[in-house]
Parts: sequence; structure tokens; C-alpha cells
Amino acid sequence: MTTTVAILVDGAVYASWLFLVALGLTLTFGVMKILNIAHGSFYAIGAYAAASAVGAYVQAGLSPAGGYLVMAGAAAIAGVVVGYGLERGLLRFMYGRDAVLVLLVTYAVFLILDDVMLLIWGANPYIAYQPDMLLGTSTVFTLPYPNYDLSLIAVAAVIGSGLWWALSRTRRGKMLLTVIHDREMSTFLGIDVAKVFTVTFTLGAVLGALGGALTAPIISVQPGIGAEVIVLAFAVVVIGGMGSIVGAAVGSLAAGFAHAAAVHLFPQAELFVIYALMSLVLIVRPQGLFGQAQPRKI
Amino acid sequence: MSRDRTLPGLAVATLVLLGVAAAAPGWMVFTLVVSLAQGLVVLGLMVLWRAGLMSFGQSLYYAVGGYTVGLINIQFGLSNALLLVLAAPAVAGLLAFLLGFLLARYRDIFFSMLTLAFAMILYGVLVKSSTLGSTDGFSILTPSFLGPHPGPDATQRLLTGLAALIALLAAALVHRYLKSTAGHLATAIRDNEIRVEYLGYSVHRAIHVKYVLAGILAGAGGAIVAMAIGHIDPEMAYWTTAGEFVFVAILAGAGSVAAPFLGAILFVVLRTYAAQYTPHLWHMVLGGTLLLFIVFLPDGVWSLFERACRPLKRRAPS
Amino acid sequence: MTALLDVRDLHKHFGALAAVAGVSVAVAEREVVGVIGSNGAGKTTFVNMVTGYLPPSRGTITFRGRDITGRPPRQVTGLGIARSFQVPQVFASASVLDNLLVAIGIAEEGRLPIWTPLRRRQRVARALATLESYGIAGYASQPASLLPQGVRKLLDIAMATVRGPELLLLDEPTSGISVGEKFAIMDTIMAALRAQRTTVLFIEHDMEIVDRYAERVIAFADGVIIADGPPQAVIDDPEVRRLVVGERVKVAE
Repeated sequence: MTTTVAILVDGAVYASWLFLVALGLTLTFGVMKILNIAHGSFYAIGAYAAASAVGAYVQAGLSPAGGYLVMAGAAAIAGVVVGYGLERGLLRFMYGRDAVLVLLVTYAVFLILDDVMLLIWGANPYIAYQPDMLLGTSTVFTLPYPNYDLSLIAVAAVIGSGLWWALSRTRRGKMLLTVIHDREMSTFLGIDVAKVFTVTFTLGAVLGALGGALTAPIISVQPGIGAEVIVLAFAVVVIGGMGSIVGAAVGSLAAGFAHAAAVHLFPQAELFVIYALMSLVLIVRPQGLFGQAQPRKI
Repeated sequence: MSRDRTLPGLAVATLVLLGVAAAAPGWMVFTLVVSLAQGLVVLGLMVLWRAGLMSFGQSLYYAVGGYTVGLINIQFGLSNALLLVLAAPAVAGLLAFLLGFLLARYRDIFFSMLTLAFAMILYGVLVKSSTLGSTDGFSILTPSFLGPHPGPDATQRLLTGLAALIALLAAALVHRYLKSTAGHLATAIRDNEIRVEYLGYSVHRAIHVKYVLAGILAGAGGAIVAMAIGHIDPEMAYWTTAGEFVFVAILAGAGSVAAPFLGAILFVVLRTYAAQYTPHLWHMVLGGTLLLFIVFLPDGVWSLFERACRPLKRRAPS
Repeated sequence: MTALLDVRDLHKHFGALAAVAGVSVAVAEREVVGVIGSNGAGKTTFVNMVTGYLPPSRGTITFRGRDITGRPPRQVTGLGIARSFQVPQVFASASVLDNLLVAIGIAEEGRLPIWTPLRRRQRVARALATLESYGIAGYASQPASLLPQGVRKLLDIAMATVRGPELLLLDEPTSGISVGEKFAIMDTIMAALRAQRTTVLFIEHDMEIVDRYAERVIAFADGVIIADGPPQAVIDDPEVRRLVVGERVKVAE
């Protein structure tokens, strides 16, 4: 019983975290067809920005509750700066090129940003535990859980459903997803594709940074966290079907519970269970659970 | 058609490399053997890349090669370099043959992602395997050759010589392969898979063969590097290791079987200098170089080399 | 006499749409059959099913008395059925010669053609001879992406014929080719195929071409065959005139 509860709660928390991290990635892919390795950097930058901002805020001795706003604000600003700069300064010149080459470009950016972070924040870990501590813990069926972890579930649900609503329930969002890959049609309907791409990429970067910021209080922020996260986010997005927000949600849940089950029942598999799940999904359904297959016409 | 000078070129290069292995200072020999190992992995990547497939998970076979050496060390106490350098690619090739049935169905970024996932699975397994030293890995026995133990310096030189000969053999065989019908299918597959099927050949099989070839080569590279460094750890399987191979493949270009080795040597030199002058900016140098190559020199350094050689060829007959 | 190709009650549904709705037809050896029908009548879908690109929803396809229903294109090709495409399917970045060499290499070698060089001398000679018979040897060293449409069509057909197929299905061999060139191109194709004694089934919109080259004509409309017989009889059939030929004949006259 205890194990079941632990798997369920841990799984839900981990799934929420995965979802927050993968959401920006799937958005960028859905609209722009770009698989962005640098999304891992956005995550790391968000985590660093939040950790150092919270650190400074706590040092200044201001009301602790404001720390959450500072955390989110710092990540959002960092995401906008990096995302907007990258799209305008580099990526827009790559549109229309081979998908694998664009993937390599984002890999190059990932490598560069790695050292940019090292230059700004150094190699020593940042620890910003205050936002986590402040919320205390609750007991779920005899098991203590940090309220911060539990609140991640709510945050993920709110952000995810907000984005889903904007894209699939508003007229503009629906139109966007239907015609974005047909430039002529988009222009005809008055959609400025260049602007949509800029906004999407920036939003994706902000979501990545936010994912990092929300994680910052529960990990030690140090070099290498981006590399770890990006492959997990990829796996989640592939499981759910690339470009689908609902898919990312389902993928996160599947990966989250699989991970939690492995941790509690079969710890040897902890580190690879998500990739194994991804491989399994691809074998059975190559386009992912919610992806669409595109046959070629002759 | 101009005459193909690849094979004589490779033979001359191998002689030079054997000379380096015999007489150059120790650090240079070490640099060389690591470059050759990496070049072998990248040679396999090149075979795939010609068909438009970029594996982000060659670290899988690289690690399998390294750990095969380690496991044979532990299980059988064998350290014969020749035996190990044959066994590792055989194991890697077998694994690639099995996974190939699945991977041959994927293209583009999906191929890249799935290869990456398999590499990460091995990484996850290795990190959690306490019998294999978990994250620390374990040490490799000093490789032995036929006859008595020649001492550490000579061992490294012999290993480097062996690596040079293996590289020669691999490059010559891959060269032959690239000129065959199956080799030319790379362009054909990139251009039009449906046509290939309608000519009566299975695209899956063509890709499967390329994938196994790449796996074998990466296994050989992993075995050589394990013996040269004397240590293996799960980092060999991590995706950033695979990323380095991808980097070298782009840096080198796919113009010739010699390109991956040239690229690997350049890479190791680049790393040495970066470590000396900008120790904290190694990734930035890597990323910046990769960007510059993708944008300005998509066919890699080999295309520069070819351009430099062409006027020579034209002048020669007149 | 048994038919070379025997198709029975073939159906193909895409959702609620029946692209082919019960086609039965037999083609004898050495026949040259023209297939006509308006756009969407199911002609290309029929060819796609016979060559294994699309699995039929219902029905059987028999070739030389052997059931080949649902086999993939590469197996169908191996058994002796080849096809050309309405939009030529060539290897755009390779030269014309290499396009043909790859086709010949696959035809000549087995499952693992990894050792013999593609450009061995006899093979190049054979490729050039084939290009010669299609009148496009002059383009041998050009990349396929830069070819004029007519040449690309001929290359597509030449590649389809290197195995010496017993049955060749041509999907609109003259579409996209100028009026001035089309007879010359059809003459070239038909001469090359006659030399190989190939059975031919070709889809065509141009009634002049159909009338001139086909021995027998099949008319498709709405996924079924509405007429089958000698060319002039089919083209003059009132039902065919109403549904397929339409205004075209007047233009031709």
C-alpha cells in the first residue's frame, strides 16, 4: 500500500516536472518543426537565473513570499533574452534547411551556451532551497511530501491547460496550427509566419527557463544539468508524439509513473526506464502516441 | 573520370603513421592512437551520414567496444590486443545487427533520437551496475602482444601501430563498399526511397547494412581507446560522447574515407590547444566551430583539401 | 491460354471514398493496353495496388498464376512487374548514368551488393546502350535534377526496364511533355519495349496517343471499368464519350 501510494505520488510529481520541461520543446517542434537541443540550455539558464535571483533576494532580507515571483520573473526575463536573441540572430537563417542540420545547429548552440553559463555563474553549484523549505511538508498516507513538490502538479496543470486552450480552443490558435506550414495560405489568412516563429521560439525558451527555475529549489544547480534534462525531455516528447501538447502530457505521465515504479520496485532500471519506454512506443507506434503519420504520395 | 588515388594515399599515410608510432614522442603517439580510434567511429558515422542519417548514439557501440575489452579482461584474464580488437567489433556488430531491425525503419531526427535513446539505456545500465564499477568504471589490463611484455612505452607504440593498420584496413574496405552498388544507394536513399524499392531493393536492408558497419567500426574504436587509456567508464556511452563524434563527422566531411581520420586528428589538436589557451571555453570553441562549418563549409575540411589538390591534378598531365 | 496478369474484384477504400470499386481485368502476354479515365477514376490507384504500393481493401492480383496480392513493391518488381511514374521518380542528385547504373546494379547483384564496384566497365557499357536506345545518352553525365521533363520521363522508364520486366505499367508517359515531342517520345518508348517483348499497360489522357499505340483500351470511371475492347470502339462508346473522352476528341479532330 505504502509503495503504491509512493509510486503514484512520486510519479505524479515527476510527471509534472517532466511536462514542464518538455512543454516548450514540443511547442517549438509543433509549430516550427525544429527539434531544439538548446532547450536543455534554456532549462539550465532558467535554473541559474532563478537560483541567483532568489539568493540575492533572500540576502536582501525581503519578504520571503515574494521569492516565488522573483524566481519566475528572473527565468522569464532570461528566457526572453536568450530565446528572442537566438531566433532573430541565428535560427531564422536556418529555416527550410534539412531537419538534421537544424538539429546540429541547435546542438552547436547548446555547446556554446554551456560555456556562457560557466562564464557567468562559474563551476560551483548554486543552491536556492528557500522556496522549497518555506512551504513545509504534508503527509500523504503516512508518507511526508514537500508541499513544493506537490504544488508542481498544480503549476504543470495550469500552464499546460492554458497553452492547450490557447492553441486548440481559440480561433487564432487553431488557424495557426492548421496553416503554419503553408506559407501561401498563412499569408492569405493574414498570419505573419516570421512573427509567429519568433514568438513561438521565445515562448518555448521561456517555458524551458521556467521549468529550470521551478526545479532550482530542489536540486543543486551546476554545470551539466542541461545535458541531463534535454534527453529526458526528448524522450517524453517522442513518447507522446512530437508537437502535440496532449501528447506531451500523456508522455510525461507515462514516463513519470514508469520512473517512479522503477525507483521503488526495480532501482537498477531507474536511469533507463524512460528510454526503454520510448523505444517500446516507437516500435509499436513510430509517430508516438498522439503524433500523426505522414505517408508520401506518388 | 579521374583516377582514384585513395588507396595509394591511404598506404602512404599509414606508413607515415607507423613512423610516428615508432619514433615520435610519447604524447604524440597517445594523441595519434586516440585520434585513430575516434576516426574509426566517425568513419562509420560517415557511412550513415551519406544516406542522410545522423546517429546521435554511436557512443553505444563505442562503450560496448570498451566494455567488451574490460569484460574479457575480467572473465577470461585475456589481454591480447589483437584478440580484443577483433572481439569488440564483433560484439558491437552483433548488437547493431539486432537493433538495426528496428532502427532501419526510422529517418531524419527520429533516427537520431532513437539511436540516442539506446545509448542512454546502456549508460543507465552501466551507471547502476556495481559489478562494473558504476560511474567510476574500471581499469583495463595492459594490452599484451605475441611474445613477452615489452614495457609501457613500447606497448603504447605497438598498440598505435596496430590501430594504424586497423584504420588502414577499415578505410580500404569502407572505400570499396562506398564504390559498390550498396554504397551508391546512400545517395539514392536520400533522394528517393520509393524508387529504390521499385528497383527491387529493400531500403531497410540497405540502411541495416550501413548501421551494422557503423556499429562494428565504433566497437573497434572503443576497444582501441580503452586499451590506450587503460580505463573505461559509463561516460563512454553518454550522449555528449556521441555528440563529439557527430562534431568530428561534420568537421571532417563525407568526401573520402580519409576525411574522418583527418577530422579526428584536427579535433584532438583543437582540443589540446583549447585546453592550453582557453581552458574554460572548450565547448564554446566546439559549438562555434560546428556552427561555422554548417554555415560556411558544409562539406567539411575534406572539401578544402580536395580544392587544394585539384589544380595540382589538372597541372600534372600537361 | 492463361493471362499474364489477372486481377479479380479489386477494391480500394480511403475512408468512405471508394477509389477502386470492383475491378476485374486480365492482360495477356505481349498485349499493349491503354487505360483511360478522367482524373480520380482510379487508374493510378489500380497501378499502385498491382505494384504493391497500396494494399487492396479486397480482391486478388495474380501474376503468371501466382497470387501477388499485398506484396511490397520490391517483391513485385523482383517477380517481373515494373512501373513508371506520373511524376518521374529518379535520384535527383545523381547523374543520369549513375541513376541507371544503380538500377542495373540492383538488378544484377543479389541481396548484399557491397563488394563489386558500381561502375564496372561492362555495366557502364550496358547503361550507355540502354540510354542510347531511349535516345538520352547525350545527357549521361548531367545530374537528374537538371533534366528537361521529357528526358526525365524517359530516364524513369529506362530505369524501370533494366530488369527486363514481363509487364510494364506506365503512368501517363506523356504528361508534362509538349505536343510537339510526345509522339517522338512514345515512339522511342514503344520501340525500346517492343525490342524487349514487354507486355505494356499504359495510363494516358491523350486519345491520339491511345489510339495510335494501344491494341486494346480499358476505360475507368468512378473506380470501375466501363468499357474494354479495341481502341476505336472504346473511344467511340457513348458512355465513354460522356464520362471520359468528353471535349478532348473534338480538340483532336
